[in-house]
Amino acid sequence: MNQKHQEDLSHIRSMMERSSRFISLSGLSGVFSGLSALIGGLYAYQLFKANGIEYFDKNNKVYSIDLLLELFFIAIIVLFSALTFGIFFTIRKSRKYNLPIWTTATKKMLLNLAIPLIVGGVFCLALLFYKIYFLIAPATLLFYGLALINAEKYTFSDIKYLGFCELILGCISLFYVGYGLVFWIIGFGILHILYGLLLFKKYK
Amino acid sequence: MGIIDKLNKDFESRVRLGIMSILMVNDWVDFTEMKTLLFITDGNLASHSTALEKAEYIEVKKEFVGKKPKTSYRVTNKGRAAFNEHLNSLEKLIKSNN
Repeated sequence: MNQKHQEDLSHIRSMMERSSRFISLSGLSGVFSGLSALIGGLYAYQLFKANGIEYFDKNNKVYSIDLLLELFFIAIIVLFSALTFGIFFTIRKSRKYNLPIWTTATKKMLLNLAIPLIVGGVFCLALLFYKIYFLIAPATLLFYGLALINAEKYTFSDIKYLGFCELILGCISLFYVGYGLVFWIIGFGILHILYGLLLFKKYK
Repeated sequence: MGIIDKLNKDFESRVRLGIMSILMVNDWVDFTEMKTLLFITDGNLASHSTALEKAEYIEVKKEFVGKKPKTSYRVTNKGRAAFNEHLNSLEKLIKSNN
């Protein structure tokens, strides 16, 4: 009898969780997205060197259009592969555990994630427009951190800690102008990999 | 008998427990989503939801989205209270047996 009641309770808990949170998010998504960012960032650094620009040298920073286009191209590839890995491992996990993906909780999570991200995107476009390039890296980290904290209610609540780390990093980077690439590599590369590994271990 | 008779008979089935649990943490949930979350058939969900509706634990809304009929469920205040009480008795039972 007691066994049945215990099972009833765990059934209730799992139904509440499954219906209100997006729990298919895989730790591997984080690890591989982080790796894409890390490789992209290091490649960008190499690219600067190959073009005769020492990234950390403050006086020598005139970028040719070709270099800017190439950097932009790298950014797009990183974004695309990070999203692809993210979606791929999430679908794989949901298949494995037989979880429905496209639920109300998923839609709410994406909406809550999207609001700060879209505003952040517009903000960065404005920075580009006014040629305030040095604030772009901090702004991306800050808005991303806010997006994670905003989406926390609808997925694993641990993502808020990743959000806080991104915010702290973003705030620090505001005062270390000229090291944007480094902060990007830490924020989008290393933090994602660490967080992904933690999540993977915890919810395996 | 003691505590045992406080357990609500309406919540004996796993499907009904599932429906109530989902509605406790969500507002309106539609038929299709409820079915996928619980891994049950149309008929199964229909019969259990009717039973819960008769007990006035949930309310049912039927509407048309375009030309498709859509059924959604929401927990009533009575249902919320009954389910909370059920949870409390479950908890007590487990504690007293341990």
